[in-house]
This record gives sequence, structure tokens and C-alpha cells, in this order.
Amino acid sequence: MPNPRPEVQFATLEQQTEAAQLGMWVFLATEVLFFGALIFGYYVYRISYPDQFVLAGHDAKLLLGSINTAILVTSSLTMVAAIELVKRGEPSRAATMLFVTAMLGLAFLGVKGYEYFEDYQDHTVPLLSFVLKPREQPVVELFWMFYFVATGIHAIHLSIGIVAVLVLALHARHGRYSAAYYSPLEVLGLYWSFVDTVWLFLFAAIYPIGRA
Amino acid sequence: MLLPYLISWLLLLLLLGLSVLTAYLPLGSFHPLANFGIAIVQATIVFAIFMRLREPPAIKRVFACAGFFWLTFLFGLGVIDYLTRAH
Repeated sequence: MPNPRPEVQFATLEQQTEAAQLGMWVFLATEVLFFGALIFGYYVYRISYPDQFVLAGHDAKLLLGSINTAILVTSSLTMVAAIELVKRGEPSRAATMLFVTAMLGLAFLGVKGYEYFEDYQDHTVPLLSFVLKPREQPVVELFWMFYFVATGIHAIHLSIGIVAVLVLALHARHGRYSAAYYSPLEVLGLYWSFVDTVWLFLFAAIYPIGRA
Repeated sequence: MLLPYLISWLLLLLLLGLSVLTAYLPLGSFHPLANFGIAIVQATIVFAIFMRLREPPAIKRVFACAGFFWLTFLFGLGVIDYLTRAH
């Protein structure tokens, strides 16, 4: 493939790559505030109604949540593996790793979808199917509202990531990236691992509660 | 080259196991703190290793810290409001 050249506004490819990475970090800073506010709101209510939140969290599907955490953490590993393979000049193996990453993302969404289905059967879905269990007060619905809003927004982020990873996988297969130029992979890798990090905080807030 | 990533991945899974374990421990009001703490350790690993903040250029770290800097204002002012409100 021809030697990649930087866009006109950059002196070198390194400078272009650095600018692209900083751009992603600026976007991620806004995401930190976005999810930070959501999670902060959750903890204010959790501290205000500790017993009720423990009762509510008891119905969260700990096993499915844990499986999903393991899936996402593994997808972050395959994502960086793809970047490392491109750096070594093996773009077609990198493309395979990107496909694996996207499949892990899809697996996460599949488990999540099944979990939503179980939640529905459990009557813990506000507005659609919600029944208070014995000892539960109406504030329990707030826990589930947070659960669906937070995991829903996270799933949207992940879906965007899956589409982007698939597009880059096709690009990699067609030889668009090389050891000299793989900036889009690097930038998408940041986004992917960030979405992974958001999930780690959502998991901590939602799942490991009230089984003692 | 992949070794630091593999070690981080294992650490993240171990911390996940620890987090699940805390669910069954009688930690009382320390529960949210323990789980949030584990998540912070996990996030630090992801940011430093998978998102390569430990590698140059250092300016990346400034950009990455900016979001958390503003988040401390959000948390700080939010907590002050919560603590000073008459219940």
C-alpha cells in the first residue's frame, strides 16, 4: 500500500495521531461528566434509602451481570490485541481480532437483552411491569429506573462501538492500516475501553448488593 | 508486548470476583464504598494500561484528568447540598 501521508493541516503523521487521540480524550471528558452525574445521583439516593436499595438490588441478576463484566473486560483485551497486531504489521490478523471484539460486544448485548426479559418476568420494569414485593417501598422503583436508564444508555454507547469496530475491521481487512498508520484504531480503542470502564462502575452500583 | 495487557485482564477478572464476593459479606453501610473502591481500582487499570495513559505523550494525561477535575466540582457541590439540607 502507498505510504500514508498526513492531512494538510498536520506536519507529520505522529502529530495527526496525537491530535486525534486528544480529540477523543476531550469527548471522553464530557462522557465522564455525563455518566458521573448519573452515578452520583444514584449514590445520593442509595445513601438516603440504604435498606430499600438493598432490597431492590437483591433482585438484580448478579450472575448475568458478572458474565457481562467478564465479556466486556475480555473485549478490551482483544481490542488492544488488534492494535498491537497492526503495529507489528499484521493487519489481517488484527481484522480478525476486531471481529472477535465486535462479537464479544454483541454477546454482551445478548446477555443484557435476556436479563431485561428476566427483569420483565420479575416485574421490576418501571412503567411496563412493576410490582412492589413485601417490605418494599415505592422508592425501590427509583433503583430500577436508574438501572434501566443507565444500562440502556450504556447499551447505546456499546452498540455505536460495535458498528464502529466492524467498520474498522473491514477497513483493516482491505489493507487500509499499517504499522505506519493505524490512528483510527487507536482512537476507537480509547472509546471502547471507556465504555468498558463505565460498565465497571454500573456493575459496582447495581449488582453486588444485598445477598449477605 | 501483550504481557502487560494479559496481566491487567487477569487482575480485572480477579477484582470482579472480589466485587461479587463482597455481595455476600455483611459489610453494612461500607458496601457501596467497597464496591465503588474496587471499580476505581479497575478503572485505573483500564485507563493506565488499555487506554495507554502510562505511555507518552503526557498531555494525554492532562486531557484525561480534566473530566475528573470537573467531576470533583459536581460531586463536591452535590455532597455539600446533601449534607447541609435539613431532613
